[in-house]
Amino acid sequence: MHMNRREFLQVIGVAAASGLALHTRQALAGNGDALYDVPRIGNVSLLHMTDCHAQLLPIYFREPSVNIGVGQAAGHPPHLVGEYFLKYYGMKPHTRDAYAFTYLDFAEAARTYGNLGGFAHIKTLVDRLKASRPGALLLDGGDTWQGSATSLWSNAQDMVDAGIALGVNVMTAHWEMTYGAERVTQVVNGDFKKAGVDFVAQNIHTSDFGDQVFPPYVMKNINGVQVAIIGQAFPYTPIAHPRRFVPDWTFGINQDGMQKWVNEARKKGAQAVIVLSHNGMDVDLKMASRVSGIDFILGGHTHDGVPRPVPVKNAGGVTYVTNAGSNGKFLGVLDLDVKNGKVAAWQYKLLPVFSNLLPADPGMSRLIQKVRAPYDKKLAEKLAVTEEVLYRRGNFNGTFDQVILDALMKVKDAEVAFSPGFRWGTSLLPGEAITMEHLMDQTAITYPYTTLSELTGEQIKGIMEDVCDNLFNPDPYYQQGGDMVRVGGISYTVDPAKLVGHRISNMMLKGKPVDPKKTYKVAGWAPVGNTTSGAPVWEVVGQYLRDVKTIKHVKANQPKVVGIGAHNPGIAPSLI
Amino acid sequence: MDALRRNILKNAGGVGMIGLAIGAGLLKPTLALADWNKSAFDAKTVPEAVKALGAANAAESKEIAIKAPDIAENGVVVPVEITSNIPGTEYIMVLAENNPTPLIADFDLTNGAMGYVAIRIKMGKTGPVRAIVKANGKFYTAFKQVKVTIGGCGG
Repeated sequence: MHMNRREFLQVIGVAAASGLALHTRQALAGNGDALYDVPRIGNVSLLHMTDCHAQLLPIYFREPSVNIGVGQAAGHPPHLVGEYFLKYYGMKPHTRDAYAFTYLDFAEAARTYGNLGGFAHIKTLVDRLKASRPGALLLDGGDTWQGSATSLWSNAQDMVDAGIALGVNVMTAHWEMTYGAERVTQVVNGDFKKAGVDFVAQNIHTSDFGDQVFPPYVMKNINGVQVAIIGQAFPYTPIAHPRRFVPDWTFGINQDGMQKWVNEARKKGAQAVIVLSHNGMDVDLKMASRVSGIDFILGGHTHDGVPRPVPVKNAGGVTYVTNAGSNGKFLGVLDLDVKNGKVAAWQYKLLPVFSNLLPADPGMSRLIQKVRAPYDKKLAEKLAVTEEVLYRRGNFNGTFDQVILDALMKVKDAEVAFSPGFRWGTSLLPGEAITMEHLMDQTAITYPYTTLSELTGEQIKGIMEDVCDNLFNPDPYYQQGGDMVRVGGISYTVDPAKLVGHRISNMMLKGKPVDPKKTYKVAGWAPVGNTTSGAPVWEVVGQYLRDVKTIKHVKANQPKVVGIGAHNPGIAPSLI
Repeated sequence: MDALRRNILKNAGGVGMIGLAIGAGLLKPTLALADWNKSAFDAKTVPEAVKALGAANAAESKEIAIKAPDIAENGVVVPVEITSNIPGTEYIMVLAENNPTPLIADFDLTNGAMGYVAIRIKMGKTGPVRAIVKANGKFYTAFKQVKVTIGGCGG
């Protein structure tokens, strides 16, 4: 049944008027069979999840209204939002798909179709798909251990246990590393080894002699077919996060290494080569054009829900690149028909995990309940009520980020604030209470310290230019995959197509131009340097929320975006 | 490499590859020579340094491979490996174009040493890392862009 809430209410009205009894929930929930009974093709199946950010329970997650591509990426997947996205993929507005994949009518659609994801519901879907796909493997692209209060407070043990219970077979990593090299090694050599989970990363080496820290790939025999799964961890881990977490490891894209391992795997008899990647979609697309011999890159990091694999030509033929969204919203299903040593046919579906169409798995529910029990009271603390949709995802700012910026400026008595452009962080609907759990969904990291610095206008611009280049450098290999740093207090104009040092202009604070020579008080959090003190950001924002009690009229400080054309598919028309 | 071997090598008094090469007579320690090219090392710009090296007409070459990170994990120690497949390679010079003094090293490879050097260089900001190779009296060059960033804000 495809209708939005307004249409639905009209139908209800008609039904009620004609005296029909109608069970709202059931009518809307419908039956998941049509969505989830995906006929299998071929002899090899891989299920792919990525970037769940430790969301054990079903969530709301608003997709971006700004996701601009530059250079060759402009206007191509994954840089399509809203109506542009629907048109490109032939989806209809006011449908389940439109709700899952775009920001359109978010609050209304969320009330109609409910929340997505949740490990108990994902578990049901995984088991259902595995039942019709003997030998299917579940691949986890990483960013699994971070993003919630319980993952932080349990030192990621909740997610280690949940991943194993879900049946993950192969994993690579990004935020996992922020628990420290020692903790990662402990899990890989302990829990994972015991459970038979392969942890692979071709691009992590020791800093001294350049040795592989983890196996670069694993060879799996699926129904008699040799399949190599090569791991690609997030290449810029020691730059995007404090170096101290992985002091003796070096990362990077390591394109030559990727080619080497593909060749070795082929030589050893791999009939299909899959890369489980945390590069981010743009980096994956470039890597696919440079490396030959990969059949599919199952990607993550940039949190793009991409319904159709993107074909990329290279010297060896074609490599397909996917990205499977975030927060447990989607599960990728890849079926391959491998014949005579190569992939003869394939089928890919990116299934939205609608929690009201998939009953919760009782075993997983019990595990989640057990994990949460010690923290229940803390998690449930009501800090404030929101009258607005609160969200984070988007190139420049989100309403929840604005709340964090406002809190930093107020509590720290600063005229300017910076908040990192993380792509995780769940969404809230108008009328919802903001609990401590919600706040932790936006802030749960192992370096949560707030800072207060005196920076000159020139330094402020320097930081903004630097981060902006990590997002909009025309060469994807120089991008890091996060969004622009959120800026409080200063309004500005951004021209993404320009080069570093020339993108940011027209910086204004309280109606006056920002003076390059003048010093300003700037509050921030998540320092990547050596800072290990300062109140955790959740304390600062928690205090602010308890004081204001109601969040309303949030005006997210969005820069004026210029130079990208009047009809750029990467930005909602109303924002340009 | 196992941990034991790593520790033995690490504790061997800091004699790395370059030290071993000098000991074996494959590499002249340029700094120790009285006639080291002071004007090239003191040059504040790339054209000045290149001129002082006598390499102004170096030809772009695909036979020079530069291995360096796309984005430096730490600008203070950026690992750079240069391989010259040009027969008769005599010198390999390394420049970080946007450093205050761009010329970083000038390796004098004698006695038929392989055209390969690996060093860690300091970079203050984003820019090309350039290699200039002298082989049979002629100069060749190649570069790779290395980004130096303040980092942070990952997805």
